[in-house]
Amino acid sequence: MAKSQISLTVNGKTVEALVEPRTLLIHFLREQLMFTGPHIGCETSHCGACTVDLDGKSVKSCTVFAVQANGSDVRTIEGMAAADGSLHVLQEAFREMHGLQCGFCTPGMITRAYRLLQENPSPSEDEIRMGISGNLCRCTGYQNIVKAIQYAAAKISGVPFREAAE
Amino acid sequence: MIPGAFTYHRPTSIAEAVGLLTDLGEDARPLAGGHSLIPMMKLRLATPAHLIDLAGLTDLKGVATDGNDVVIGAMTTQHELIGSDLLAGKVPLLREVSSHIADPQVRYVGTLGGNVANGDPGNDMPAVMMCLGATYEIAGKGGKRRIAAREFYQGAYFTALEPGEIVTAIRIPAPPAGHGFAYEKLKRKVGDYATAAAAVVLTMSGGRVASCSIGLTNVAETPLWAEEAARILNGSALDAATVKKAVAAAEAITSPASDRRGTPQYRTKMAGVMLTRALARAKSRT
Repeated sequence: MAKSQISLTVNGKTVEALVEPRTLLIHFLREQLMFTGPHIGCETSHCGACTVDLDGKSVKSCTVFAVQANGSDVRTIEGMAAADGSLHVLQEAFREMHGLQCGFCTPGMITRAYRLLQENPSPSEDEIRMGISGNLCRCTGYQNIVKAIQYAAAKISGVPFREAAE
Repeated sequence: MIPGAFTYHRPTSIAEAVGLLTDLGEDARPLAGGHSLIPMMKLRLATPAHLIDLAGLTDLKGVATDGNDVVIGAMTTQHELIGSDLLAGKVPLLREVSSHIADPQVRYVGTLGGNVANGDPGNDMPAVMMCLGATYEIAGKGGKRRIAAREFYQGAYFTALEPGEIVTAIRIPAPPAGHGFAYEKLKRKVGDYATAAAAVVLTMSGGRVASCSIGLTNVAETPLWAEEAARILNGSALDAATVKKAVAAAEAITSPASDRRGTPQYRTKMAGVMLTRALARAKSRT
């Protein structure tokens, strides 16, 4: 099958590549570009471990063909930290609030939370829970993930983070 | 899971897309948001030799008014429906329905056109479009035509679309200002298809139902328009006895499949419960 030429921006860098049309974006990112942060979980568009940011939308990269991303701007978890290695506020928040245990869902969670906070910088707890409803975590019970996103939202808004009583 | 090989096409006009679909015939499938088709391709339940990506057809995006109608381009995403102020004012039912569909990531890419045209009885929009009396605008090699949502669905994944045709827009007559609306959906978890769901649009006048329309999701091979149930409610004050009669009429037209969401009997009863709740909520919003 003839390959297609694609050109896109991934984590700020222009990438030119030849892909089979049937190559899924997650496989392209992980196997051709070696961005192995986005994970392959369920492969059935449920778990959200493969979430990346595509032209300002959170998408499940297991359900997008790489050819569909031609001309797009893609950001993965590898594109979150600053060039000097300092953590993105969401990465810091997940560390501070213990928002992970095994860590498998974390790249998808952080990438999704990034877009959520871009759209809604001070979400309510309900809005956070609905906002990450496309990302499954089988360890934490979500409590500390929600707290981490609240911590990041507070820090971005420059207000002190107060943990809700349980 | 890796889909079968295919040739990718990205037309830039409706005429080009329809031409490709017509020329390539059964081997070609149109690709909208892809969140039904790509999972099917990964499972090799669909193995099209050609994919016609409609993303380049910018004419198929957006929400506009045309007289009393609201016209929504088929490639408009669920996320865009939720964010549309025009829709929030004219057809607020759609925001309620869209926010029940799948999850945020899927809503960023899933389209209204794909949801209505795929013929999946689990999809939420078809019954809502029947409830609203929507019309689908269709383009094919022979030109354009329109078909009512209430005449579009013929069986599971079987619609009035002819080979080579695509849905280009959904035209909805705006319900009167002050109408009541509700979409009640029973599901096991976020992102699930409905065990049963009911859409209601109604108007009240002097405490009585002046007009009423009801759609039911995922309780038959096709979405259902519960015409008899609505007829029973017309002129009533939505008193308990009349609602009970209407719910019985709605339940009578269901024929749900048995699956992990429940037995046919359970899903029929849940359709009735969803309708009862939707009627109450729609009334409370008038």
